[in-house]
Amino acid sequence: MTSWTPTPPRPAPANTVGFVGWARENLFATKLDTLLTVFAIGIILYITEVVFGWAILNASFSGDDRTACLKPVQGACWPFIEAKFGQFIYGRYPEAERWRVDLVFLSGLVGLIPMLMPSVGHKRANLFFLLGFYPIFAFIMLTGGVLGLEAVDTTDWGGLLVTLVVAVTGIVASLPLGILLALGRRSELPIVRALCIGFIEIFRGVPLITVLFMASVMLPLFLPDGVNFDKLVRCLIGVALFSSAYMAEVVRGGLQAIPKGQYEAAAALGLGYWKTTRLIVLPQALKLVIPGIVNTFIGLFKDTTLVLIVGLFDLLGIVQLHFTDASWATPETHITGYVFAAGVFWLFCFAMSRYSIFMENHLSTDRTSS
Amino acid sequence: MSDPVIRISKMNKWFGNFHVLRDIDLDVAAGEKIVICGPSGSGKSTLIRCINRLEIHQQGEIVVEGMTLDGSLKNLEEIGSNVGMVFQQFNLFPHMTVLENCTLSPIWVQGKSQAEAEKLARELLERVRIPDQAEKYPEQLSGGQQQRVAIARALCMNPRIMLFDEPTSALDPEMIKEVLDVMVELANEGMTMLCVTHEMGFARQVADRVIFMDEGEIVEENAPEAFFSNPENERTKLFLSQVLPH
Repeated sequence: MTSWTPTPPRPAPANTVGFVGWARENLFATKLDTLLTVFAIGIILYITEVVFGWAILNASFSGDDRTACLKPVQGACWPFIEAKFGQFIYGRYPEAERWRVDLVFLSGLVGLIPMLMPSVGHKRANLFFLLGFYPIFAFIMLTGGVLGLEAVDTTDWGGLLVTLVVAVTGIVASLPLGILLALGRRSELPIVRALCIGFIEIFRGVPLITVLFMASVMLPLFLPDGVNFDKLVRCLIGVALFSSAYMAEVVRGGLQAIPKGQYEAAAALGLGYWKTTRLIVLPQALKLVIPGIVNTFIGLFKDTTLVLIVGLFDLLGIVQLHFTDASWATPETHITGYVFAAGVFWLFCFAMSRYSIFMENHLSTDRTSS
Repeated sequence: MSDPVIRISKMNKWFGNFHVLRDIDLDVAAGEKIVICGPSGSGKSTLIRCINRLEIHQQGEIVVEGMTLDGSLKNLEEIGSNVGMVFQQFNLFPHMTVLENCTLSPIWVQGKSQAEAEKLARELLERVRIPDQAEKYPEQLSGGQQQRVAIARALCMNPRIMLFDEPTSALDPEMIKEVLDVMVELANEGMTMLCVTHEMGFARQVADRVIFMDEGEIVEENAPEAFFSNPENERTKLFLSQVLPH
């Protein structure tokens, strides 16, 4: 009788592993690959040089007015951002009261960061802080008029403050509303289903600008005399309803991906509709559509710039407003302002994007990922 | 024979215009093991799915543990915990660990405490011989292991009746035995079982009665010895000649 011994493993050939192996395989595998690699490196170097030259080498970093930014070869005019920074963040919020906005930003961060970290416990208390206590706290702090705080009208709010208020309200409201709408659209109750379909199709079928116009111009016409509520609030409601219609369709996509067997297994275990939805269906459906949900969040965040159309000055709006300041009129003011606004938006959106990738990996349960 | 735990009389069901179950009469005694076989599309899965209300019959009567199955909700929840079900495709919840799969119903339906439910689940996982996989996710297990988890999950509700809907049909041959072994053990402990299966060896070993269905009707039923050695109906003979090893 012969016995079989497996062949012992041998080391891989040289030039197929490590950096050299990687570069050979990915960058210089064929003549065309080599050509493309050289060409691409050239482009990267060129772009880096242009950007670096504009943002650093030829840029101005200090100065009190336009004269600082009038060199023969002028790059970015950063003093403009520095001088207007307070305006960009707070709008016309009174300078003496800006600590209140800072406090709201800060406490929001303090509540949000542990919530976003799966390893930190006390999620229930944390969630209560964020959704129960924080909105009331932020509302009182920002509007004032009570507790000895000076009242600040929302028409004086602006800049990043308005962007964040609109975006955060939209994001927080659209997810639960969207989930309810998506469930309603798949409901077996015909009236509930019809209402949800109607809502979704109407809000998804019109541009956000129309919704905002309706909210700020048309709505007051329909309200009785003397009944009026704040323009910002009307915009918030408009944005929240609009984005919840989009969210509903994203969530519905996830709901449809859940196999029938999951519902049957839940029913066989004696779980009713709401328990099945909450414990079995939604956790799986929402995990599947995290990219879509975050996509909607990011879209919403950038759509907040449209509130300019009804006379609210978000970050981009207020940057543009300050282009008209004659004491900062230079050829580079516009581009510097736009680059700054773009940078701030990009930071927020990129952070959301990275967090969504982190969450996808964290929630993954198959054996290929850890 | 004592009072039957399941009594089905003159039961009919249609999918749209398709008459899928025709005048089904079936009594199941406590502790009885019934194997249901038949060609695909014969209505055997639909029959056992009617017993735990995954499908709703339209005519006739089904009484389970003294409860007549109709549309009332309370009924549904009680059926859920009296009758456990194991599916062909396992249908484990992929976002929960094995332990969470098993404790779900005890905690959320029966109102047990977490500790109590986990103790129960671990005992049952021991019984299906996978106590060391409790913290894993279903996708990390083999098919045979997943199906044994599904059995443990159903047993966690402490059901008096277990329904098996082709529990080994989706498994690789080498894993069928480990699942059947668990089912045989369960049968020997006196559980009332209805199994839709093509495992004729299992039928011979544990069944008290074998039922053959075709075209939505019960064509023949008999004790396994007589059923296999001496089938009466032509249709049964043809079926057996196709599924039994030559």
